[in-house]
Amino acid sequence: MNRDELRKAVLEELSDVAPDIDMATFDDRASLQDEYDLDSMDLLNLAAAVHKRLGVNIPDQDYARMRCVADLLDYLQERA
Amino acid sequence: MSDFTMPSLGADMDAGRLVQWKVNVGDQVTRGQVIAAVETSKAVLDVEVFEDGVVEALYVEEGTEVDVGTPLARIGDGSGTGSPGPLTEAGSGPEVSSPETAPSATVAEVTAHDTEPDKASMEHQLSPSEAGAEESVPDSQASGRVPASPAARRKAREAGVDLSDIRGSGPDGAIVLRDLKKAGGERRQVPAGGGFDREQMRATIAAAMTRSKREIPHYYLATTVDLHAAERWLADYNQHQPPANRLLLAALFMKATALALARYPELNGHYGKEGFIAAGQVNLGMAVHLRGGGLVAPAITDTDKLSLPELMQRFQDLVRRARGGGLRLSEITGGTATVTALGDRGVDTVYGVIYPPQVAMIGIGRARPRPLAVGGGVAVRLAVDLTLAADHRVCDGHLGALFLNEIEQWLQQPEAL
Repeated sequence: MNRDELRKAVLEELSDVAPDIDMATFDDRASLQDEYDLDSMDLLNLAAAVHKRLGVNIPDQDYARMRCVADLLDYLQERA
Repeated sequence: MSDFTMPSLGADMDAGRLVQWKVNVGDQVTRGQVIAAVETSKAVLDVEVFEDGVVEALYVEEGTEVDVGTPLARIGDGSGTGSPGPLTEAGSGPEVSSPETAPSATVAEVTAHDTEPDKASMEHQLSPSEAGAEESVPDSQASGRVPASPAARRKAREAGVDLSDIRGSGPDGAIVLRDLKKAGGERRQVPAGGGFDREQMRATIAAAMTRSKREIPHYYLATTVDLHAAERWLADYNQHQPPANRLLLAALFMKATALALARYPELNGHYGKEGFIAAGQVNLGMAVHLRGGGLVAPAITDTDKLSLPELMQRFQDLVRRARGGGLRLSEITGGTATVTALGDRGVDTVYGVIYPPQVAMIGIGRARPRPLAVGGGVAVRLAVDLTLAADHRVCDGHLGALFLNEIEQWLQQPEAL
């Protein structure tokens, strides 16, 4: 899966976790917590969705790598 | 046979709009079944029926604004199906209970209505000014016609819309008001899927919190809790779990709080006209922040009796529905105490405002590493500030302190939660 495909998959799952985020203007570098108001439960749900869809199990201690979508894509590219 | 009335919608919400019937006349219903969706200023809520029986009549059209206490439907043994009149006057007449009596407008009122059923029913039928304008029973079962609610039918007539051009999303594909709005109606509508009107939400929160601060003599306590044991236990637990089964610290906080509430009933219940009544169970509410501004505090039934994985699942489901739609009215009004947590990006300490008619609000600050005195030295430990805002009419700070310490004790032995 190339980065564009990964990004599409991640944004679809993110949109499911937080339906109120406007994906048309989404900024991959913006903090998911500070800019998009995701809380710890949202991040857990995103990790669960990524695990289910891409088979990558993000351990608790790696949640910091989910700061923004660009970071998450870097992380997933190393593993997916 | 009894009238099912619009139940209490929560603190300082006196009316709601019936947006959808989920049953038809003649349907068998069981206690706890969702029979209608009601839109309040906070959300669209699913409303459950309190008894088993047959829906004999639906008095209120979809799209109607209804005061708390207004008869909505008649539930009986099925023998009365077809007669359209309510046992008592529907609408905003003098029989409708005032906001002050609203929270208890269920069993007692229903019983009162039961005593003179047919007289009221007949009067209703005989009065052209009451019954003439609109029939109250959805006519979706009428043969040969496109199934639609009366309100949708009237609206379509007014707007010159042909119902056969519209796909219905109501029960059995019946056309309901919102289908007409999709088809080009003009009325303002709360966005689908749990959306809310921000101004109305603000006004509702303002009303409830003003009442709280005006009527409840709050006292406040705070304590800092070492989360070392909880953190280690949680890391160990989550390490062996896929993300979908992992727990958050919040689940431990809720369970510990629920267990402490079970031990200190003076903090768990409702304060009404007769004073404080302790609840027989712990239904812990959780203040859920809605992105875009706003707050709802739905509750989890019997929180203290759930295992941590069960509690976590219920918690996730509750947050999802709080933000996405599908909360039940009983979840909004059934809370016996509430937790507020500002989360990882919050502040160290949050002092809550009690959500009436409850008598306690437990605040959970941000868990972060802090220097703590440990065994004669200083150690950097994950720690959190727990607070309590409690009602001085019911208990004093001494009891509140015991309660907070009880939560702390539980958090020191997470394996026992």
